[in-house]
Amino acid sequence: MTELPKARIATASLAGCFGCHMAMLDIDERLIELMTLVEFDRSPLTDIKTFTRRCDIGIIEGGCCNEENVHVLQDFRKNCDVLIGIGQCAIMGGLPAMRNAIMHSDEPLRECLEEAFINGRYIRNTTHNIPNDPALPLLLDEVYACAEVVEMDYNIPGCAPTGDVIFETLSKLLAGKFRGFERETIRFD
Amino acid sequence: MTPQTTTTPDQGEVARICDAFQSDPHRMLDILRDVQDRFRWISRETIRTVAEKTALSEIAVEGVASFYAFLSQEPKGAVTIRLCDDIVDRFAGLPEVTEAFENELGIKIGETSADGAYSLEYTPCIGMCDQAPAAMINDIVLTALTPDKVREICEDLKGGKRPQDLVSHRFDDLTPYERAIRMVDNNIRHAGAVLLGTTPADAGLKKALDLTPHQIIDSIEASGLRGCGGAGFTSGRKWRFAAETPAERRVIICNADEGEPGTFKDRVLLTERPHLLIEGMTIAARAVGATEGIVYLRGEYVYLRELLQDVLDDRRARGLLGERIMGMAGFDFDVRLQLGAGAYICGEEGALISSCEGLPGEPKTRPPFPVTRGYLDLPTVVNNVETFCHAARIIDRGAEWFFEMGKKGSHGTKLFSVSGDCLNPGIYELPYGLSIRKLLELAGGEDAAAVLVGGPSGTMIARDTFHRELTFDDLATGGAIVIFSSNRNILEIVEYYMSFFVHESCGYCTPCRVGNVFLQKAVAKFRQGLANPADIEYLKDLSSTIIETSRCGLGMTSPNPILSTLENFPLIYSAMVKPSENRIRATFDIQSAIADARHLAKRRSHIFDKDFGE
Ligand SMILES: Cc1cc2nc3c(=O)[nH]c(=O)nc-3n(C[C@H](O)[C@H](O)[C@H](O)COP(=O)(O)O)c2cc1C
Ligand code: SF4
Ligand code: SF4
Ligand code: FES
Repeated sequence: MTELPKARIATASLAGCFGCHMAMLDIDERLIELMTLVEFDRSPLTDIKTFTRRCDIGIIEGGCCNEENVHVLQDFRKNCDVLIGIGQCAIMGGLPAMRNAIMHSDEPLRECLEEAFINGRYIRNTTHNIPNDPALPLLLDEVYACAEVVEMDYNIPGCAPTGDVIFETLSKLLAGKFRGFERETIRFD
Repeated sequence: MTPQTTTTPDQGEVARICDAFQSDPHRMLDILRDVQDRFRWISRETIRTVAEKTALSEIAVEGVASFYAFLSQEPKGAVTIRLCDDIVDRFAGLPEVTEAFENELGIKIGETSADGAYSLEYTPCIGMCDQAPAAMINDIVLTALTPDKVREICEDLKGGKRPQDLVSHRFDDLTPYERAIRMVDNNIRHAGAVLLGTTPADAGLKKALDLTPHQIIDSIEASGLRGCGGAGFTSGRKWRFAAETPAERRVIICNADEGEPGTFKDRVLLTERPHLLIEGMTIAARAVGATEGIVYLRGEYVYLRELLQDVLDDRRARGLLGERIMGMAGFDFDVRLQLGAGAYICGEEGALISSCEGLPGEPKTRPPFPVTRGYLDLPTVVNNVETFCHAARIIDRGAEWFFEMGKKGSHGTKLFSVSGDCLNPGIYELPYGLSIRKLLELAGGEDAAAVLVGGPSGTMIARDTFHRELTFDDLATGGAIVIFSSNRNILEIVEYYMSFFVHESCGYCTPCRVGNVFLQKAVAKFRQGLANPADIEYLKDLSSTIIETSRCGLGMTSPNPILSTLENFPLIYSAMVKPSENRIRATFDIQSAIADARHLAKRRSHIFDKDFGE
């Protein structure tokens, strides 16, 4: 019996809290089952930092808040056949996109940074400076959902989605049987 | 009332204004309008006084004060200039007119001069589309403005002239009618058989006296008359419902809010046929058994207030209003004038009733419909100005006469307000069933590339469908016909109208309050060439969500500028979308996204600036 080649998966956490990656681990012991079908390439889970080769699936947590996020996301799009957004941050911008609400300002980005590092009531920043190390990626003017930067193939909603939903979706996708979500599995009220 | 420039309203005077309306909370809008006229603003202290006098909470008074665009909680200039910033005015030279005002007065749009003398504002369509650009200066209207005219106006005002003096140096000696037609040209281009031809005075009312209420309603129903305010409900049925609802009191309201951009036919009827209107309302009162009437006049038409007030007084004096009308025992009916204060939504009948009740102009949940529970919970007939005028003529000339005109399902004549890119903008009274092409010929608008029928809540059609007919079944309209030549940018027009709906949404329903903002932003993306092919679907999806989940007609029609242009001008959208390259969005521009940060951090990008480190 010839074994099917395993699907190669890469993952990345952009402007997210890492909660969605933690949720992937909530697949629990079914991870063993899943690992018979897939292998991981570039991912925080493997600590591989660059693509070793083209991947079948890319999973993205978080939207884009800085130039590096954009760069990584575009890299994923170039190197993955199917790109899946996981969690509200990837899909809509999520919590980080709250800064997009600073609208009635001539310099929203400056206002946001000053509030976060200098003026905020609970800030203890002895330098009174906004961090500006040359190694820090430049921030974007607003936080963008992944689909605004590249075309996304699927989204798994939730904050974070449950291990069950992630497992179900990945298994069905791998079997070529994914037909969208049952309403019951993705309602949160 | 003479406006003052003082900034602290005298609370004794505020209390006296409340007294003039018996401190009746239902007259809140009148009270606040008068306070605004007198002191140019509604201060916190004023709100407190009014709340005390009317036995309402301060927040209830503030709810009204903050709802209407013409009421202000900051001091406004003694002379407040409101420029119509509709797309028609923009195309007719508004930018230059605005600039002239700003230069002459030394203030920008939205500002009040430091000495409190002038305020300059933009306002949506004021119903002068056939003579754009137009402006209100306090209670008077000036039309067909040019930068030269503006300089003259400002010089006169600074030289101490009152706004009225800009109309005529003997303004005070003119009759209200003379004043109105000095300010505004009514541009009647075609007078039809029903409304703008000869209309013998009160002939319909006289005949109505000899008919039973039932016979009047039967006749109106048999004539095929349908509402002229936009929705086209059968008027006879509406009257019958109200007549059949058991009640002690019933109410007749005339909707003279005429807020749909591009519509100005009611303005012409109010000026030229005010008696016919009140005659129609009086006939309706007899038909349904109403004793009270209200004419709800949009705030923008305040220049017609005296004219209408005189008509009401005159009719009262002649026994045509009041008790025992024309000597008939038990036929009592009187009408009051209710002024609006700058809110398009108040044209929606529920919102209009709220506004007459002294509340913020928010639509009501339906059912119950006004015919069963309307003004102060009484059975109420709300009809458009034109509908009442038609009704009076039908009773005079007979249902058959009216039914014979027009087309099946759309009987009689209709007033069309034609504006935009044509030689003869103005009013055309024509039988229903005319094609757009024919109307364009009459108006000298053969160059049209697009025609907006029924205003922004109606339909925008393209040249290939100009054979379509003006009927309820094909192209329904409350009267607005706005013509756009091929020089005009359709997406600019659409974006403007979406901003109109954003501005005018009452805010009650989230899909309408928020959804229209998203729609406007999405159209802006198309204009900037930043839309994805998928955004076309997004426009359709979001539009249907707004339509399905909104409470009133505003939300149910606000996506129409987008939907009708997507349907009739699909190429302008598809030509503007930018497809992805290798599935990376061409519409995301990293350079502009990091421009702010580059500037703040004072360094360049080591990822996206190619020359970095060179
Ligand atoms: C947002 C909105 C604005 C409206 N504006 C007007 C208006 O300015 N004048 C008018 O007569 N009807 C207007 N209408 C229609 C009224 O709700 C109502 O249908 C009409 O006054 C009934 O009179 P009719 O049957 O004689 O047309 C508007 C409706 C909506 C939803
Ligand atoms: S969606 Fe929720 S869990 Fe996932 S990255 Fe965003 S905030 Fe964290
Ligand atoms: S649809 Fe819009 S205008 Fe109508 S009630 Fe809702 S929010 Fe108000
Ligand atoms: S008055 Fe300006 S468009 Fe109607």
